[in-house]
Amino acid sequence: MTGKRIITAPVETTGDGEAILPVAAPSLSVSGRRWNPGDFVFKHLTLFFSLVLLSLVFLMGYEMYRGSAITLEKFGWEFLTTSTWDPVMDEYGALPFIYGTVVSSLVALLIALPLGLGVAIFLAELSPAWLERPLSFLVELLAAIPSIVYGLWGIFVLVPWLRLNVQPLLSTHLGFLPLFKGPAYGFGMLAAGLILAVMVLPIIASISRDVLRAVPNTQREAALALGGTRWETTKIVLGTAKSGILGATLLGLGRAVGETMAVTMVIGNRADISASLFNPAYSMASVIANEFAEATTPAYTSALIEIALVLFVVTIILNAAARLIVWGVTRKFRTA
Amino acid sequence: MNRIRLVAAAMAISALAVLPSMAQLKLNGAGATFPYVIYSKWFDVYHGKTGIEFNYQSIGSGGGIKQVIEGTVDFGASDAPMSDVQLKAVAEKQGTEILHIPTVLGAVVVTYNQPAAGTDLKLTPEVLAGIFLGDITSWNDKAIAAVNPGKNLPSMSIIVAHRSDGSGTSAIFTDYLKKVSPTWATKVGAGTSVNWPVGLGGKGNEGVAGLVKQSEGAIGYVELAYAVKNNLPYAQLKNRAGKYVGASFEAVSAAAAGSARNLPADLRVSITDAPGEMAYPISGFTWLLVYKSMKGKEKANAMVKFLRWAMGEGQSYAKELYYAPLPKEVVKLCDTKINAIKAR
Repeated sequence: MTGKRIITAPVETTGDGEAILPVAAPSLSVSGRRWNPGDFVFKHLTLFFSLVLLSLVFLMGYEMYRGSAITLEKFGWEFLTTSTWDPVMDEYGALPFIYGTVVSSLVALLIALPLGLGVAIFLAELSPAWLERPLSFLVELLAAIPSIVYGLWGIFVLVPWLRLNVQPLLSTHLGFLPLFKGPAYGFGMLAAGLILAVMVLPIIASISRDVLRAVPNTQREAALALGGTRWETTKIVLGTAKSGILGATLLGLGRAVGETMAVTMVIGNRADISASLFNPAYSMASVIANEFAEATTPAYTSALIEIALVLFVVTIILNAAARLIVWGVTRKFRTA
Repeated sequence: MNRIRLVAAAMAISALAVLPSMAQLKLNGAGATFPYVIYSKWFDVYHGKTGIEFNYQSIGSGGGIKQVIEGTVDFGASDAPMSDVQLKAVAEKQGTEILHIPTVLGAVVVTYNQPAAGTDLKLTPEVLAGIFLGDITSWNDKAIAAVNPGKNLPSMSIIVAHRSDGSGTSAIFTDYLKKVSPTWATKVGAGTSVNWPVGLGGKGNEGVAGLVKQSEGAIGYVELAYAVKNNLPYAQLKNRAGKYVGASFEAVSAAAAGSARNLPADLRVSITDAPGEMAYPISGFTWLLVYKSMKGKEKANAMVKFLRWAMGEGQSYAKELYYAPLPKEVVKLCDTKINAIKAR
């Protein structure tokens, strides 16, 4: 109401305090009341951009669905549950690739989660200020290294080390477990899991650190005031940040699932399902990268596109879950 | 005065503008990575001589064939001949035949990491197939010892290494195994990617060579050129004539010459397991894929002239770049193909 009055009668100095309003009010009233073509265009243009992005995702999904029509029809759900991959006979089953992606990612998380969480706790809770900044920088630097460099490091350093030192040790002491059976090639699931762990570590560490920082200081103060030790205080803070850390883990998992180059260089590229981490395996992203360029028959191309579709869906689900969880945490603190 | 000068200047400029447009005839091609080195040498030298530009993208044989079918390039290149289905697709989509013009030869060698074997390991087709089928798993297997007398091979497990990416090298290698081993033919077959019974996969020649170098007891296959450049040891193979032959440019050309008498008219042929005393058995042509009737007279002329040059002077660049040149018998067959190229 005041807005309208001010526009029609901008100078209304009655002297009882209303004189202040005409100066401040117009900027407030414009968005709500007066129609401005520039604003209209701006708003709808940005809306359009956002919708383009959204439709891009849907189009990608649709294109992959269309591109994999041949194998979708020929194999149906069996595509996900059979393990023969034979381009000569045109028989395709994606199970070894799905298995390889899932297991190598899980191995990576198993190693990277405790490490990353430890780094995050140190940086957010314990580190002296002078150490925190360079350390954070170094952790984030790990994320900036191109994956091909990780792959080369894997081939020339990690794999020989695994073959000559780690795998013999594991098989003599833990050889009774099916996990550590078989000959030591160096290349294989274990190498892939380890290299992914290094790549996932900075994501888990830096996001967990931010989540821990988002926990209000009052909690720490309360815990300390009640006579809690550093460890007990950290436990309480961790409890509050639990779901955020889970989100960080899922984001790391998303990275591990999609990683291509470094994995294909060390995983051994063999479409086999085996309980032993020593054996060569294969991953979804790797098989697409390796075989797509020379896939000449329609069914072959279609099978590879269907693997891409599976990977696409898995990645979207993981990322969406991670986002939802992280949002949940931050909203809780904003309302609190 | 001024006016005359202006006109003269304008004429000079327009003359300049015309010149490059004549010289800038450009042919686009795509395909095999294996012959990329010699093709780029050829295109470079030929550009210097004639001003005709060739733009070649080494995206892989399969990609080259796809682009030829779609008609997005002026020519393609492949390490494996096009299939009948693919040729039919070109005829339907582009309304013309595809000519396969062999350009140079390559070979695939079996490299290994077994110090006790020295640098002259001998293999028979049966042993090689046995190893890659997973039937022969140890270096001291009797079958290996029988053809390598005097070598004390240890009881060490054999680690098989193969290509993980789709590749013409795999196609030639599996084509050979398919010919020499009935078990391989029924169980695995031949192709750019196959369902390998055993082994680790490495990406590219360097990936396989890396696997072999790093793992004692490993055996794998790479291109001859790659093995020579990197000083890798490679095995002598028993050829169809019963002689053990190490891969060399002469032995590869000999394989092509041995097959030349029985070449089919369209030159689409595999020369693995070729006859001839000197012939190295895992050899193969690499082809340029050219439309029989090309779009545009200028382009057709340029292509014909270039191909004639490649068959003659071009061949002399082969050896220094680690390719085997075509034997004379094959060049003669190519000439008749090249003469058939027309414009439309």
